[in-house]
Amino acid sequence: MKPSIFGYQAPTSIDEAISILAGDPDAVVLAGGQTLLPAMNFRAANPSTLVDIQHVADLRGIEVGADVIVVKAMTRHREFELDAEVARVNPLVAEVMQHVAHVPIRNRGTVVGSLCHADPSAEMPLLLVLLGGSVIAQGPSGQREIAAEDFFQSFLTTARERDEIITEARFPVLSKGAGWAFDEVTRRHGDYAIVGVGCVLSLDDGGRASRVQLAACGIADTPVRLNEAENTLTGTVLGASDLDAAVAASAAAVTQPDETHVSQTYRRRALGTLIRRMVTTAAQRATQMETA
Amino acid sequence: MSTRQFGARVERNVDPKLLRGEGAFVDDIPLPDALHVAFLRSPHGRAQIVSIDTSAAKRHPGVAAVFTSDDIGALDVEMPLLIPHPSMKNPKTQRPLARGDVYYVGQTVAMVVAVDRYTAEDAAALIEVEYAPLSLEMDLAKALTDDAPLVHADVPNNLAAHFIQTSGDPDDAFARAEHVTKITVQVDRSTAAPMECRAVAARWDAVSGELTVWDGTQAPISVRGGLASVFELDEDKVRVIAPDVGGGFGQKVLLFYPDELLVPMAAMRLGRPVKYIEDRRENFLGSSQERTQIHTIELAALRTGEVIGLRDFFLHDTGAFIPYGIAVAQVASTSIAGPYRIPNIFVEFKAVYTPTVQVTPYRGCGRPQACFAIERAMDQLAEELGLDRFEIRRRNLIAENQFPYERDGLLFADGLKVTLDSGQYGKALAMAAAELGAENFAAEQAKARAEGRYLGLGLACYVEGTGLGPYEGGHVKIHPITGKVYVNTGLSTQGQGHDTVFAQIVADQLGVSPQDVIVVEGDTKAFDWGVATFASRAAVVSGNAIHKTALTVRKKVIEAAANMLDVDPDQIELRDSAAWVKGSNRFAPLAAIATASNPLRYAFNKAAQAATQFAPASKHDGPPLADGQAPGLEATDYYSPSRSTWAYGVHGAIIEVDPGLCTVKIRKYVCIHDCGNMINPMIVEGQVLGGIAQGIGGALYEHLDYQADGNLANASLMDFLVPYATEIPNVSILHLETPTPLNPLGVKGVGEAGCIAVGAVVASGVEDALRPFGALKFHQVPLSPNMISHALEQVGY
Ligand SMILES: Cc1cc2nc3c(=O)[nH]c(=O)nc-3n(C[C@H](O)[C@H](O)[C@H](O)COP(=O)(O)OP(=O)(O)OC[C@H]3O[C@@H](n4cnc5c(N)ncnc54)[C@H](O)[C@@H]3O)c2cc1C
Repeated sequence: MKPSIFGYQAPTSIDEAISILAGDPDAVVLAGGQTLLPAMNFRAANPSTLVDIQHVADLRGIEVGADVIVVKAMTRHREFELDAEVARVNPLVAEVMQHVAHVPIRNRGTVVGSLCHADPSAEMPLLLVLLGGSVIAQGPSGQREIAAEDFFQSFLTTARERDEIITEARFPVLSKGAGWAFDEVTRRHGDYAIVGVGCVLSLDDGGRASRVQLAACGIADTPVRLNEAENTLTGTVLGASDLDAAVAASAAAVTQPDETHVSQTYRRRALGTLIRRMVTTAAQRATQMETA
Repeated sequence: MSTRQFGARVERNVDPKLLRGEGAFVDDIPLPDALHVAFLRSPHGRAQIVSIDTSAAKRHPGVAAVFTSDDIGALDVEMPLLIPHPSMKNPKTQRPLARGDVYYVGQTVAMVVAVDRYTAEDAAALIEVEYAPLSLEMDLAKALTDDAPLVHADVPNNLAAHFIQTSGDPDDAFARAEHVTKITVQVDRSTAAPMECRAVAARWDAVSGELTVWDGTQAPISVRGGLASVFELDEDKVRVIAPDVGGGFGQKVLLFYPDELLVPMAAMRLGRPVKYIEDRRENFLGSSQERTQIHTIELAALRTGEVIGLRDFFLHDTGAFIPYGIAVAQVASTSIAGPYRIPNIFVEFKAVYTPTVQVTPYRGCGRPQACFAIERAMDQLAEELGLDRFEIRRRNLIAENQFPYERDGLLFADGLKVTLDSGQYGKALAMAAAELGAENFAAEQAKARAEGRYLGLGLACYVEGTGLGPYEGGHVKIHPITGKVYVNTGLSTQGQGHDTVFAQIVADQLGVSPQDVIVVEGDTKAFDWGVATFASRAAVVSGNAIHKTALTVRKKVIEAAANMLDVDPDQIELRDSAAWVKGSNRFAPLAAIATASNPLRYAFNKAAQAATQFAPASKHDGPPLADGQAPGLEATDYYSPSRSTWAYGVHGAIIEVDPGLCTVKIRKYVCIHDCGNMINPMIVEGQVLGGIAQGIGGALYEHLDYQADGNLANASLMDFLVPYATEIPNVSILHLETPTPLNPLGVKGVGEAGCIAVGAVVASGVEDALRPFGALKFHQVPLSPNMISHALEQVGY
């Protein structure tokens, strides 16, 4: 469990980092290293050069705007989790973050690194998809914004070109009065989710759901926005039969095949349970707002 | 008098060093100029080696040598069968490096020695091996069938061992039975996963002809004997040191792992120190594992619930080799009746070769499997007879006046008849019921159910034969300059706190504080008679040896002090590191007595003056050392147990199951435990709690995912689910202390106790919690959410 020989570069600007990546097809970005370094130790990843982006000043920090939270590439999980401004405009973040690995890993691992790794069981990709966020990719030919649902393409695969750096992720804030909830089922505390479900919803003054966002991880080869369940629930009072209908509407979203210890049937059961619970919790946390 | 140390919660001597990171594990031993080893391991479960080409690896810069079975001379033989037994027809052991065939994924095929581990791994990847894969069978039952592919061509049906033991007249019991219950249960394959993987380093001194080996082994003396014989060296020329070792749990007591022979060989051949630090992946692939057994157990009962007969047939997975003999299966078969009287027993097992790494004892050693079988069967019997689970056990437990309770015909791992020596089984059960709140539980359960929460009570009893012989020794010496006491024994420690409990034993006899007793073990230069650390035997066997030795030294101290202080020996008492004349303030420090007990010619310091020939303290009529007398305050003695002593306990838990997510939460865990007299309750609790944590791993998490092709799918700590602290509930541990009559200290072993009952407790509790959904059965551990989901699905939920 020792990596094979590799080179190491520590650029101080984004352009420099991109030019190293562009010049060497086997160079890869090193962020927090919490996924990449174990993979190298297993020799599952054998990069020629690590492009360590932690010294790039432009890739640090969190900016909270009116509609969106900008998380720069070198922001550690833990910074995102503990940021008071973030918690104020989007309390869901902290609720999700406590499920990501363990504190020592969150101290090093980055939010954007997690998005780039694109594990379909991971929490961060789910959060971006749930909120309808995006990432900014920058490469030799310039910058582009990629919406969350376009970014995650399949298992560990994103729309990022290999010579692009994701410079930031953009997480929308919650709208006023919105309720939120996230939970997941794991074997042990801090493991990747077997199934995780996040929900954000708003209620009108009649207690009906005016807007419902639901997403799940662990059920397919990418995080999944549960559009049919959202549609089923929108306009309802989120009663038991509405939840039954939403659960039924999301069953087909579970496409992850049977594994030794996790059958598809079990994932479906867990998904259904979590949808019921997350929608209920989010509804309890929502304040009824007058419809405009 | 000083306060008694035996029985006190003395803090562990070893902790400050370990907590400050000052421990010295094998990889910390400075070995300048050392070479590093990497192994090429088989990627196949079963295959023939067609060819091996090491030329590119040998050319790789930084490589000192590459070895295959062709290059290791006399070492290219099958390694020892450690515990022979007539039930094995054609016992198979492994060669250090594969010759001809490979038998499991991870088997060592070639060894690279290079300037560092990185280079060694790079070069190992350059070795080209052509394999012709063979078909294989991973399923135990199928492996026994006539047309199953064979692990070893000359072992028909993959049958490694077949053994039957009978106690009483089981046929008659089943003929008389008013009710018979039968179940099949399974405990899955697991591994010890010690924090520190295995490690070996060796240095050969060509000038002195001495081989020094640092080995994270539980058996340094045995390893030394083995190495001396393999390399044809004088035993005195081989020194084996087990320095600080990060956990063993049985996995580190095998002679030999391939590296334990090949690393010293390489050091001798290459004339440079060589080290091998096993990595986690290798620990999963190449170090011993244990557990898979499938038991079909039947209980013959009277309508009262009294069990009059037991029949158990089980399959035992022994892996591709059987170097440790049938120990695991034998312990399982002799523990099968647990703490119950059950006078008529038939127990039969078949040990089966599978194309996997060898199975040798892992903490519990067959007992968790036996406990799971008997306890799940007792639960089922209770249910069928309409009896409470506590009640059925109460009616069958061996009573206090029935000890010693013998099971004629069942031979334990020491080759002697199973004889449960002492205990208060009924009292332990009552304590467990009280601590769990069993009486009010039904109401609590009903209330929770009304809120949509599913609580269940789980219960299991266990026994543990501990303190296996043959013997251990103790050496105790009072240091002349400091007055500190040095103690040696032939064990090694993997973090249990030997240094503290042995110190407590000695401290009481010599009137010193435990901190002034320095225990050195795990070094054949320090003490080289003895066996190893295994089978919950350290406190029993070494503890009593050290106790006997301390009594002898005590006698010497008192005699010497009486001489120095000019009083009768019965006027002397030992406390505060000195000998005192009772009722006076006259005393002689132990240091001074030790110095004076060693007749000196030269006064190298002030204290030494007292021991020179013209000093008043050295008055004697004859020669300075009388005939038969030895210098100093020192003694060596041994303890050899007449037979094993049996500890026991009762575990119970309140368990909550979430049927929506099929997750299990242990709300409360109770352990009533009896290991005889406790030398240090804090250390006992640490052992028990650690065992329970490991047991929870086995009950809910830890499962080696072998694929049909023999590959292990979860050979990492990311995927093999060792529970974290977050998964371990608070445990309330209550003690009973029933001294064993078998040894002077009245102690029984405790090392393995904690893990034995947990699987049965958890399965019992989950079943109880889910009763509203139907009579769901949980007969296999670890018990996963998937299994719960599947069971619920069967009843349409
Ligand atoms: C024991 C353990 C448990 C874990 N549990 C969880 C968990 O429960 N949930 C979870 O979500 N994660 C978990 N993780 C992973 C953790 O969250 C990682 O930190 C994260 O997945 C990757 O972030 P990183 O900064 O460490 O990325 P790195 O390991 O440095 O990189 C990961 C990949 O992303 C690429 N990359 C990183 N940043 C960029 C960028 N800005 N632009 C382009 N490419 C980039 C790298 O080239 C690499 O391929 C766990 C990790 C460990 C070790």
